[in-house]
Amino acid sequence: MTAAEAVAGVLVLGVTLYAWSGLADYGAGLWDLTAGGRQSGRRARALIDAAVTPIWEANHVWLVFLLITCWTGFGIAFASIMTTLFVPLTLAALGIVLRGASFALRKDAARRGWRHIAGALFGLGSILAPFSLGAALGGVAAARVPVGNAAGDQVTSWLNPTSIAVGLLAVAMGAYLSATYLVAEARRRDAPDLERYFRARAVGAGVAGVGLGVAALGSLWADERAMFDRVVARGSPLIVVGILALAVSFGLARRGVVRGLRVAGVVGVAALVWSWAVAQAPYLLPFSLTISDGAGSPATLRWLLVWTGVAAATVVPALVLLYVIDQRGQLAEDPTVARSAGPDGSPWRGDAAPPSPGPT
Amino acid sequence: MTDWMMMAEPAQLLPARSQMALTLMFHIILVPIGVALPAIMLIANAKGLRHGDPVALRLARRWSHAAGLTFAVGAVSGTVLSFEMGLLWPGLTGTYGDVFGLPFAIEGIAFFLEAILIAIYLYGWRRLRPWTHFWLGLPIPFVALAGSFSIISANSWMNTPAGFTIGSDGRPTNVDPMAAILNDALPYELTHFVLAAYMAAGFMVASIYVVGWLRGRRDRYHRLGILIPFTVAAIATPLQIIAGDTIARWLANNQPVKFAGMEVVTTSGPDQPEIILGRYDPETNSVRGGIRIPGLNSILTGGSRDTYVRGLDAVATADRPSNVNIVHWAFDIMVGVGTLLLLLVAWFAFAYWRRRDVPAFKPFLWVAAASGVLAYIAVEAGWIVTEVGRQPWIVYNVARTSDAVTHSDGVWASFVGVSLLYAALGVATVMVLRAMSRRWRRQDGPDEPEEAVPYGPRPEPAEPIGPAEPSGAAR
Repeated sequence: MTAAEAVAGVLVLGVTLYAWSGLADYGAGLWDLTAGGRQSGRRARALIDAAVTPIWEANHVWLVFLLITCWTGFGIAFASIMTTLFVPLTLAALGIVLRGASFALRKDAARRGWRHIAGALFGLGSILAPFSLGAALGGVAAARVPVGNAAGDQVTSWLNPTSIAVGLLAVAMGAYLSATYLVAEARRRDAPDLERYFRARAVGAGVAGVGLGVAALGSLWADERAMFDRVVARGSPLIVVGILALAVSFGLARRGVVRGLRVAGVVGVAALVWSWAVAQAPYLLPFSLTISDGAGSPATLRWLLVWTGVAAATVVPALVLLYVIDQRGQLAEDPTVARSAGPDGSPWRGDAAPPSPGPT
Repeated sequence: MTDWMMMAEPAQLLPARSQMALTLMFHIILVPIGVALPAIMLIANAKGLRHGDPVALRLARRWSHAAGLTFAVGAVSGTVLSFEMGLLWPGLTGTYGDVFGLPFAIEGIAFFLEAILIAIYLYGWRRLRPWTHFWLGLPIPFVALAGSFSIISANSWMNTPAGFTIGSDGRPTNVDPMAAILNDALPYELTHFVLAAYMAAGFMVASIYVVGWLRGRRDRYHRLGILIPFTVAAIATPLQIIAGDTIARWLANNQPVKFAGMEVVTTSGPDQPEIILGRYDPETNSVRGGIRIPGLNSILTGGSRDTYVRGLDAVATADRPSNVNIVHWAFDIMVGVGTLLLLLVAWFAFAYWRRRDVPAFKPFLWVAAASGVLAYIAVEAGWIVTEVGRQPWIVYNVARTSDAVTHSDGVWASFVGVSLLYAALGVATVMVLRAMSRRWRRQDGPDEPEEAVPYGPRPEPAEPIGPAEPSGAAR
C-alpha cells in the first residue's frame, strides 16, 4: 500500500467517523425540529437536549479534519470538488453555522422567543447541512466532477437525481442513527414512552433510508452506469451487510431490546459508506483522477500519516480522561453544588456500548 | 477599493476577497479569547486557590464560561474558513496544499485537544478537587499556543514561502514540509500575534470591569476583574512595541514592497520621511496630505537618515499592493493604538507601584474602559496590514491572488448570504454574552452558570424525563 492509498483510507475512516457522530448530530436536530409544538414536543426535546451534549459539537471537528486532510493529501481533487460543487458546499457551510451557532447560543438566550427561533434554526441547519454534503458526495460518485477550477457544471453536478437521493439518504441515515442512540438514552433515563417514541422513529427513518438507498442506486444506474456496475460488483457484500444490520436493528426494536441496537445502526451505516468507497477506488474523482495521480508530495503524505498517528495518540487519552472524569463525577457528585439528583452521565460515554458515537 | 475593480481580473476576485476578509475578521475576534483568556482565567484560579479567595475563583469560573461560549462559536466560524480554503481559493489549496497544508492538521489536533480540555475544565468546577482541577486546566494555554503556531505558520508561509521548488509543469516539487512549516516569517509573526492576543484579551476583559467600576461598582470583584487581566496586558504591551519595531525592520529587508505600502515609501532612496496618514495616489505614485517627519522612516529602519529604503517604485505597478491606502492607514491605526495603550500601561504601572490599586485618575479609567475595543481595532488593523499588504500575491512573489480565485459562479450570492448570517451571529453572540453577564450580576453569589455552556457539563433537562405522568406527552 502506498502512502497515498493509506491517506485515502484515512479519509474513508474520517467519513465513517463523521457519519457515526456528526451525521447523527444532524439527525437529532431533525427530531428536535419535528417534535411538535412547544407543549407536546417538550419531553422529546428535553431528551434530545440532554443527549446532544455540548461535547457532541466536537464531532464536527471530524469534518474539518476531512477537509484539511483532503487538501493536504489530494489538493487537486479538493480544489476540483469545492469549486464545481460550490453551491451545495457553501450551503453545507451555512447550515453548519446555523446549527452550530444556534446550538451554542440558544441555552443562554435570555428570552423564550429567542430560544424558540434558535431552536428552529438549529433544526433547519441540521437538515440543510447533511443534505448538501450528501448531494455533493452523490455528485462526486456520479462522476460529475472533472479535474479543474469549477470545470464541471455547477448546477447539474448536484441538482441531479443521484445527488438528491444521496442527500436525502444522508439525512435519513443521520435521523436513523440518532433515533437508535436516543432509544438507548431514553432507556437509561427510564422513560419507556420516549423509548417507544424514538423506536418508532428509528424504524421509520430506517425504512426511509432503505427506500432512498434503492432510489440512489436506481438513479446511479440511469445516470452513470459504470459507477453503478462497480457498486454492484464490489460493494454488494457490504450492501448485504448493511441491509442485514438494518434488519437486525428492526428486529431488536420490535422486541424492545436496546442492547445491540446502536451497534447494528453503526455497522449498517459503515457498510453503506464503505460500499461507496470500494466502488470508487482507486478514483478520487471517477473516472478522471486516481489516488496516485491526485496525490500530493510523498514527503507530505508520510507526515500526514505520522500526524494521524499522533492524533490518535493524543486525542484518545484526552477523551478517555474526559470519560473517566465524567464517570467519577456520576459516582461522587458534590451534594453542596449539584442540582437535584438525577442521571447525569452519558450513554455515549463510558458505558459498555461498543463503537461510541461520541466524538471518538 | 476602486483600484481592485479597475484592474483586469476575474469577476470572482472582489466578492471572494470580501467574503474571506469578512469571515477572517469575524473569526479573529474570537481567537484572542481562545488563545489568551484561558491563561488569564488560570491566573485567577491559582490566585483564588492559593489565598483561599472566593472572589478570584468566581472570576475564574465566569471567565471559563465566556471562554467556552466563544470557543464554540469560534469552532463554527473556523469550520467556515476551512471550507473557504477550497470554495474560494482552489489555486492555493489545489496547487500548494501539500506544501503548506500540514500546519492545519496540527491545528486540527490542537483544536480538538483544547475543546476536550475546556470541557474537562468546565466539568471540573463541580466535580474535581480544586488543585486537580487547576492542573488539568493548565495545559489549555499551551495547547492554544500550539494552535496559534500552526495557523500562523501557514500564514507566514504565504508571506515567506519555503520548502519547495517550482517544477517545469508549474507545480511545486521537492516539497519539504518541515522547511515550509519553519519558514522565515514564522518567529516574527507568531511573537507578534501571540502578544496581540494577550493584549486584546487582557484589555477586553479588564475594560468590561472598568465600565462597572466607573458606574460605581467598586468592590473587590471588580477590582480583581480589572487588575488580573490588565496586568497581563500590561506585561504584553511593551514587549509588543519591541516586537513590532523588530518586525517592521525585518519586513523592510524581506518584504520590501509590503513595507513600502505600510509606510507609503513611494520612491526608493535614503532620507525617507515618516508619513502619518495622508492619501496615496496609485496613478502618480505620490502621497498627498498627511504629517511628514523628515528622515524618521530611514532612522527607524536602519538607525540613520542615510538608510536606503526601497519604495513602491522598485516593482511594476501590477506587483504593488492592490490598495496602498488601506495598508498604510491600517498600519498607522495599529501603531497609534499600540502607542496609546503603551502610555495607558505606563500610567497603570506607575499608579499601581504607588498605591497598589486601580488608578483613581478619571481619564485613565475612561481610556481603560475603551482599551478592549481599541486593542481589537489594532488586531484587526494588523491583520489587514499583513493580508492586504501581501497583495497582489496569495503566495508572496510566487502565486497571484487573482490566479488562485475560484471560477465558480455565485460568489456574490454567497458573500451576501454569509454577510447576513454573520451579522446575525455577531449580534446574537453579543446579546447572549450580555444576558450572561446580567444574569451573573443578579445572582451574585455561588452560581452554576456552566449548566448552559457549550462544552460544559451536560445540563439537567429543565423538564423531568423520567416516566411520563398519565397525561404526559407519550405517544
